[in-house]
Amino acid sequence: MAARPKLAVFKFASCDGCQLSLLDCEDELLAVVGQVEIANFLEASREVQKGPYDVALVEGSITTSHDAERIQQVRKQSRFLVTIGACATAGGIQALRNFKDVREFTSAVYATPEYVSTLDASTPISQHVRVDFELRGCPISKHQLVEVLGAFLCKRRPNIPSYSVCLECKRRGTVCVMTAAGTPCLGPVTQAGCGALCPSYQRGCFGCFGPSEAPNTAALGSWWEKQLGASRPELVRAFRSFNAYAAPFRMASDAYEHDRS
Amino acid sequence: MPMSTTVRNATSRPKSIVVEALARVEGEGGLTVQLRGGRVADVKLRIYEPPRFFEAFLRGRSFRELPDITARICGICPVAYQMSAVHAIEAACGVAVGGPLRELRRLLYCGEWIESHALHVYLLHAPDFLGYPSAIHMAADHAEVVKKALELKKIGNDLVALVGGREIHPINVRCGGFYRVPTRRELLGLAERLKRACELSLEAVSFAAGLEFPDFEQDYEFVALRHPDEYPLNEGRIVSNRGLDVPVSAYEEHFIEEHVPHANALHSVHKGHGAYHVGPLARYSLNFDRLGTPAQEAARAAGLGPTCNNPFKSIVVRAVELVFACHEALRIVEQYQPPERPFVELEPREATGHGASEAPRGLLYHRYAIGADGLVRSAKIVPPTAQNQKTIENDLWHFVPTLLDLGKEEMTWRCEQAIRNYDPCISCATHFLKLDLRRD
Repeated sequence: MAARPKLAVFKFASCDGCQLSLLDCEDELLAVVGQVEIANFLEASREVQKGPYDVALVEGSITTSHDAERIQQVRKQSRFLVTIGACATAGGIQALRNFKDVREFTSAVYATPEYVSTLDASTPISQHVRVDFELRGCPISKHQLVEVLGAFLCKRRPNIPSYSVCLECKRRGTVCVMTAAGTPCLGPVTQAGCGALCPSYQRGCFGCFGPSEAPNTAALGSWWEKQLGASRPELVRAFRSFNAYAAPFRMASDAYEHDRS
Repeated sequence: MPMSTTVRNATSRPKSIVVEALARVEGEGGLTVQLRGGRVADVKLRIYEPPRFFEAFLRGRSFRELPDITARICGICPVAYQMSAVHAIEAACGVAVGGPLRELRRLLYCGEWIESHALHVYLLHAPDFLGYPSAIHMAADHAEVVKKALELKKIGNDLVALVGGREIHPINVRCGGFYRVPTRRELLGLAERLKRACELSLEAVSFAAGLEFPDFEQDYEFVALRHPDEYPLNEGRIVSNRGLDVPVSAYEEHFIEEHVPHANALHSVHKGHGAYHVGPLARYSLNFDRLGTPAQEAARAAGLGPTCNNPFKSIVVRAVELVFACHEALRIVEQYQPPERPFVELEPREATGHGASEAPRGLLYHRYAIGADGLVRSAKIVPPTAQNQKTIENDLWHFVPTLLDLGKEEMTWRCEQAIRNYDPCISCATHFLKLDLRRD
């Protein structure tokens, strides 16, 4: 029998939530463990096997020069590298520093800023190394994670849609919160994956899965302003959250901050 | 150093313990223990989780965004962040949320305790006691134990998902309440599974009580919330076993954070007293009388008294808290009557609000100043692991000398176990760990 593929999980700047998704697969965990060899997963095991690894799941963004070097080593040891979550894929909530002065941030949080070493920007993994697949979400969907691992094991493309949350609302029969209740919603420009959760709880989508394919942020922004009375600072904040540094959202928040539209 | 002359006796033994990257903790950290002449010369719990600057970038955000953004500090205990945040904001706005909304928040928090404690007791901590590198390895010999652990954990997660929308980073919490509240029928759908969870939690106590514990009692200052008639989750006064009894708003008058060079987390101390201990041992020892009959009986059957000063027995206390959380969740589900509205409307005003709640790992304090425009002017967040960091180091100062006859590998593992007593969440504490043991 052929050896089971070796799986490794690596963490950079993040909340641990996306790798926890793997442990949250309570029904699938022992089955997954039967199919792959968990060679390096520090959150779950103190046993660390050396690389190379067949598949690496990378959580978190790059925020220190040490981590910028470490991701190079991870890439060299990994045949198939998947980023998991908004931090690894877009820089995460900590990329809000990219719009501000990081030195001022350090002195606002730490009494002795010289003890802290950090880069000016929080950047996605793809800005540093080649990435084989990016799994979106803050946090990722565990069903999508199982799909990506399953696809890898079967040597096929993962079936992860890039359309917007709106399609998921339609499919589950949720009444549009924006047109029916006048609730600002990022669903039209946000990638599906959560199952259109927020509208089913009577709140607008707030963009956990980042920009959908070819999002029309200008049209959505205009609707928020003219139909829903949203202010420019509100638009800036809406586009500037967990996926703030993903290009379409970054350009939208920059435009509204500098009053260009 | 004067001890260096006696180093010859120790040449065959390790001079240092270095744990480059601690496993089975949330986040990144390491440990350095320096031995000199068979004595401990230095202990440093290193937190190298990179800083993320939450307190800085929260400035200028709307108070309504706080439950969503602060949840992202920790994927293991997002509900704790959401709860401390909403209580702080409601205090600033002069609003108290009671009735069924308050009960739903308690229910959501019970879900997080069940999910987080089940994860730590069985999947992260138990392998140390039984000698496995992970629960996955443990499953080969103890498949039934691991399956029951996953079953209990899943009930906790399903509870969080039902009330909060999803397990990690729930979307249904807002300042003033919820976006949508569950129907009575939806909650009652969980009653049978919570009855099963109550049984599983009692098994967890028997399991944990059957483990072997080092004889290691420490004289801690325990700090936790205390409420007039409940085991603390969301509310209470901050009390200690050394006479402290203050409202949450007085936290910063009594506790300060110090920045030390080896950690990107800030060390907390109780002014004039030093290191203190938050988490299950503290909550239990200060609130045994509030645990309710099933959890008290389970604790007594496990051989625990009304206080517990052995940090290795935190695994038993966590299991006792599982009994409490499962029974409390069942009580809330059975008594639930939906509120008329899912939330209380808040009007922002220029004010400062304080909030503290009991995260699975211990006291979590938030303070926000907001303006009349609803924007955050300043934010301060003190997570439980930052408060425990000095206490963890103190434990190691006293624990390592009991290990000196062991080989390096075994010694290192026991040190890691002593750190995992605290279920440290390093992602939280870095606003945390590597063992680097050195002998000169």
